[in-house]
Amino acid sequence: MSDATEALAAFRAEISAWIIDNCPAALLGRPMDESAIVWGGRNWTFADDDQRLWLDRAISRGLTAPRWPVEYGGAGLSRAQEKIYREEMARIGAPPPLESFGLWMLGPALLEFGNPAQKAEHLPPITRGEIRWCQGYSEPGAGSDLANVQTRAEDMGDHWLVNGQKIWTSYADKADWIFALVRTDRDAPKHKGISFLLMDMDTPGITTRPIRLISGKSPFCETFFDNVKVPKKNLVGELNRGWDIAKYLLTHEREMIGGGASGLLGGRSIGQILAAQDGNVLADPILRAEAMQAEVDALAFNLTMGRYKDQAEAGRGVGNASAMLKYYGTELNKRRYELLMATAGSDGLEWDGAHGGLAPEWLRTKANSIEGGTSEVMLDIIAKRVLEMPGQ
Amino acid sequence: MKDLTQSLLDTEDEVMLRDAARGFLADASPVSALRANRDAGRAHDPALWAEMAQMGWTGVLIPEDAGGADMGHRAAGILAEEMGRVLAASPYLSTAVIAASVLRQAGPRGTGALQAIAAGEATYALALDEGPKFAPATTALKAERQGNAFRLSGVKAFVADGSTAGRVLLLARTSGMPGDTEGLTLFDIDADRAGLQRQALSTIDSRDHARLVFDGVTATGDDIIGDLDAGLAALRPGVQAGQAALAAELTGLAGGAAAITLGYLKERKQFDRTIGSFQALQHRAAHLWSEIEVTLSAIANAGRVLDATPDDAALAVSLAKARAAQTAKLAVSEAVQMHGGIGMTDAYDIGFFMKRARVGAEWLGDYGHHAAIIAAARGF
Ligand SMILES: Cc1cc2nc3c(=O)[nH]c(=O)nc-3n(C[C@H](O)[C@H](O)[C@H](O)COP(=O)(O)OP(=O)(O)OC[C@H]3O[C@@H](n4cnc5c(N)ncnc54)[C@H](O)[C@@H]3O)c2cc1C
Repeated sequence: MSDATEALAAFRAEISAWIIDNCPAALLGRPMDESAIVWGGRNWTFADDDQRLWLDRAISRGLTAPRWPVEYGGAGLSRAQEKIYREEMARIGAPPPLESFGLWMLGPALLEFGNPAQKAEHLPPITRGEIRWCQGYSEPGAGSDLANVQTRAEDMGDHWLVNGQKIWTSYADKADWIFALVRTDRDAPKHKGISFLLMDMDTPGITTRPIRLISGKSPFCETFFDNVKVPKKNLVGELNRGWDIAKYLLTHEREMIGGGASGLLGGRSIGQILAAQDGNVLADPILRAEAMQAEVDALAFNLTMGRYKDQAEAGRGVGNASAMLKYYGTELNKRRYELLMATAGSDGLEWDGAHGGLAPEWLRTKANSIEGGTSEVMLDIIAKRVLEMPGQ
Repeated sequence: MKDLTQSLLDTEDEVMLRDAARGFLADASPVSALRANRDAGRAHDPALWAEMAQMGWTGVLIPEDAGGADMGHRAAGILAEEMGRVLAASPYLSTAVIAASVLRQAGPRGTGALQAIAAGEATYALALDEGPKFAPATTALKAERQGNAFRLSGVKAFVADGSTAGRVLLLARTSGMPGDTEGLTLFDIDADRAGLQRQALSTIDSRDHARLVFDGVTATGDDIIGDLDAGLAALRPGVQAGQAALAAELTGLAGGAAAITLGYLKERKQFDRTIGSFQALQHRAAHLWSEIEVTLSAIANAGRVLDATPDDAALAVSLAKARAAQTAKLAVSEAVQMHGGIGMTDAYDIGFFMKRARVGAEWLGDYGHHAAIIAAARGF
């Protein structure tokens, strides 16, 4: 074994012992439904003390943000170490201590584009689960054509004045802060007049209105900005260069959605879940064939996620190929939930019944291939950027 | 199924191997060479095989002390992938991958044969299938004991490289009934042995396939590889290595067909624009690319697992073959469709890809065969 391999093996032993020692036993192997997720924020209430304890302990080790620098509350792990950490978490069945848009999206963008003051102000509260962020990108007229955002921020000398409307803002009614794309130059070509702005949701003039989804839940909102005064220091990166940040952040978001969607359903594969169900649903040859196909594709896709991570780790970025992970992972996930519904039969049709929770989850997966850029947009990116096919 | 710290990325050596293979094959064995051989009615090109031997490819899985390069299964897959990309036809899979993997396990008895393979002097065919599907246990070809010898009688219906190979690895029934996994024995015999009739088949992929009729062929105990009645075990390393390499070949083939198609999409004009600017075609090309990317991971994984834990490789190998068969099918179907009429012509190369993909999908187990193995391994 090389020194590096040995060091990683030691790290694996150490981190796995730490997880086992610190994650409250009651949390191990618990199904990761909505109520098991800790989002944090000013108004957060924990489902139980174990969740709080696990979060506190993870914070003390920097493990809510494993890859972030220690000075900002992270654990400063290398990619290889982070991979091992996640593997051990999954193996032991420990839930993520904290999830949030701050960890997944804003943090990486701030680390890349933020100034030192912005990093110091915003990163540590994210790692401690104190501030919950939402993403203000989409607008009624700017979905796939995101660069068409019209919400505008005017320079008033000592502050920005923001007016406009966002839509599909996930958890805007629960979030403490929002990172948003705003138009700061109306005369420039549309990609070149956008800036990236941070706003406290408590600022006067910001209101939210929840939108009810087909799954019966209302996790996202319309968000309105009416003469909102925002401090000048809250603009990230260069004025009118917000599109670069937006794209960088979207790459993270897509890898996350693609990866999350592909996760083997609580560590178990579709075939294993179906095989464990009553009535031997897999005796149906058509469902069986579909389950086999989904299993084959999921195994190969998971290997691909690993390969892409290794590629990023080796310093050869994944770049636009992340669009493939997003496209493939989400389409695969939709297929798997169709299968779960088909095998549940009429048991899956009640909002809460024996298979309670399945129907809303199934409905929720339909958004996987829309949020963060639709499948069609991902295929466009692959065609244009990876395959270099000609423009229309 | 996989050591999670083991990367599926090509190592530096593997990148060099791939580049060298691609460069060599582009010159020595472009698709036009397959066409020329087909037109001349030639199923085996000894000059190409000699060059492959020179480069160490015939010895890719043979230990150095038997004259091989011992590069391992990942490397063998990379070579197969590159061969698939240009449809290079050779007994590489039968000989350098399957036979070499079998003989490697055969102790001192195999050493001479391995040396001959590495040197490019021996070629092998694997005589297995008796029906239209891969199902080794159904073997009925009889090996009847006669004193110290065996009399072999029966028919092998579809033997890759069977009309030109110098030697034959033959699975025969020494006891039990067709369908039993026990009672099969693996023989290594000269293809010229009396009573063995080889009928070349004219197959869609223009490559060497033959029907082998055994009419009282004599074999001795010395011809047996592994143990009497334990032929499947002796064969397994060869079959798995062959499946993984064939999967790699098919994925390379898919990549080759996709590359030709992409080139065409960027060049062909209709409605005053290149057809590659039509979003309907862009999305199909992008989807195909995605499928190939995902399958490439399964290919790399199968090679890595065969190198690291060959006794525990069934899932990885079947995953590779199942995915590769489907991806190659998608690639060639999309390729022909997106070419329009020219894709249907014999004069254009893409049809060769389609025909080889169909043969490769069947050989050594089709999608259903491998998907069933995966399902069993995954507990359903
Ligand atoms: C559950 C969920 C959560 C979300 N959370 C957030 C959030 O937190 N913050 C946020 O800012 N946004 C969020 N979104 C919004 C999401 O990013 C947009 O819905 C998405 O980008 C698509 O935009 P749209 O809804 O306007 O659809 P449109 O862009 O109008 O698309 C409609 C259809 O047209 C297709 N289409 C559009 N353009 C093209 C093209 N050029 N070629 C081919 N087909 C095309 C699309 O693929 C789609 O099928 C969320 C969405 C969902 C569903």
